[in-house]
Amino acid sequence: MKKKFLTLLLGLIFLPGLSLAGEPGYNPGDVTFVLLSAALVFLMTPGLALFYGGMVRRKNVLNTVAMSFIAIVVVSLQWILIGYTLSFGNDVKGIIGDFSYLGLKNVMNITVSNLPGYVFSVFQLMFAIITAAIISGSVVERMSFAAWILFIALWTTLVYDPLAHMVWGGGILFKLPALDFAGGTVVHISSGVSGLVAALILGKRKEKETAPLMPHNLPLTILGAGLLWFGWFGFNAGSALAANNLAALAFINTNTSAVMAALAWALTEWLHRRKVTVLGIATGAVAGLVAVTPAAGYVTPASSVVIGFIGGVLVYIAVGILKTKFGYDDSLDAFGCHGVGGIWGAIATGIFASKAVNPAGADGVLYGNFGQLLNQLAGVGLAIALAVVGTAIILKLIGIFLPLRVKEEVESMGLDLTVHGEDAYKDLVFSGKSVPFL
Amino acid sequence: MKKIEALIRPQKLNEVKEALNKLGISGMTVTEVVGCGQQKGQKEIYRGFEYEINLLPKVKIEIVTIDNMVEEIIRIISDVARTGEIGDGKIFVYDVLDSVRIRTGERGIAAITSPKEGER
Repeated sequence: MKKKFLTLLLGLIFLPGLSLAGEPGYNPGDVTFVLLSAALVFLMTPGLALFYGGMVRRKNVLNTVAMSFIAIVVVSLQWILIGYTLSFGNDVKGIIGDFSYLGLKNVMNITVSNLPGYVFSVFQLMFAIITAAIISGSVVERMSFAAWILFIALWTTLVYDPLAHMVWGGGILFKLPALDFAGGTVVHISSGVSGLVAALILGKRKEKETAPLMPHNLPLTILGAGLLWFGWFGFNAGSALAANNLAALAFINTNTSAVMAALAWALTEWLHRRKVTVLGIATGAVAGLVAVTPAAGYVTPASSVVIGFIGGVLVYIAVGILKTKFGYDDSLDAFGCHGVGGIWGAIATGIFASKAVNPAGADGVLYGNFGQLLNQLAGVGLAIALAVVGTAIILKLIGIFLPLRVKEEVESMGLDLTVHGEDAYKDLVFSGKSVPFL
Repeated sequence: MKKIEALIRPQKLNEVKEALNKLGISGMTVTEVVGCGQQKGQKEIYRGFEYEINLLPKVKIEIVTIDNMVEEIIRIISDVARTGEIGDGKIFVYDVLDSVRIRTGERGIAAITSPKEGER
């Protein structure tokens, strides 16, 4: 009896694997690698939640985290129903996919880049989730939660899906080609620029001029940055869509650019303020990760040294100098880090890309092909235009039906208690801390 | 009866507490507070942007004691908490109208002095 049970159990465990290995054309190594990469990319969103959560004031940490978690919920559903088919369905005029995979029908039977359709679709889902979540960094501490939920559902459908189709799904930028290995244009420029537009439409936080809006828990932010960095290996290496040398190259480039940008931030900050801050090292690393994302599978590790270093300096200037100069309230620098880093990455791809590294790519300016830089700029321009117009229209539309911002007293009380009825640090409030809401 | 309220540097708390314990003062209330006086504040840097922090963390010690202990307590706190730099803090002394030990109902000085051995 016991033996029979054991056989049954072993059969249950190994049968699915055996049947997959038995499917012609699928390499179990590739399938495993991309599924695990998808899981790594998933982890980036809770990582982003902590990264952002630590940077807000304690009265808003739960709401900030919730904006990322609800993105997991909303975008996962959207993706299954219409997101995947709009992004990767059959091309309609180079702009969007058709409804051939509505509700993921027929995906069971397709093969995408030597992967089973479901594997590819779940990997891509994780990109759509984190892209929406990144935008929250620009609007935290003041946006209505209901408006946010509606916004990400509409934004993913009307901005992310068409852009993903244009760049990766066989659309106009794909055919050009404007290179984007793992999402510099699709993920970072789109979310960063949309964040800036949303921050401008919502307006500044009420206390922006009167109180120092400082991070309440930097260790949380550092932990989040670490999880982002870790997940990014799945993001970029996984985008090779196979367990091969290209994946390893993307992995190395990812890490190289991150460390170079962290170093660049530290150096710039030391020259500018005579301090090397920990938030600076973490932010620099994220800037480097963003910058190398479009280039990860097209450039040499030596190129990613340069891409990362320049990326770190540019994002420092955007976040530490330009933001103050222009006076907009991009709360947690979604535009500064992702918008600016992404734009630089897309341009850098046009400079440093080499067919010797990846024959499926193109040569950049350094290898005699100036045209590739123009292609990249076309991609950047289209992504910015779509993000600006799409975000503005969606927010104006939502604004007709419900307020985009919370009421003034909600903002000053904090969104955790007022919106969610929860308090992240109850024990501190009751331990005699004199400024519980700071 | 007097109440002594001392605002001191947080890093001096343990030294002050030990010195007061040696004097036989064991009852006190300690609170973490923020405040500002002559001390200018400090700069914190987040993402390349400098913030002036005007309110600095201090520790507030509150002690209710009998009148003839006041000068000694002030002397000990001043000696131990002093660094000589701006920001060492302040001591305030108030009159106390009455006190009540909730457990026994004792009033006045009896409520703030330790009961004799054997009576506990």
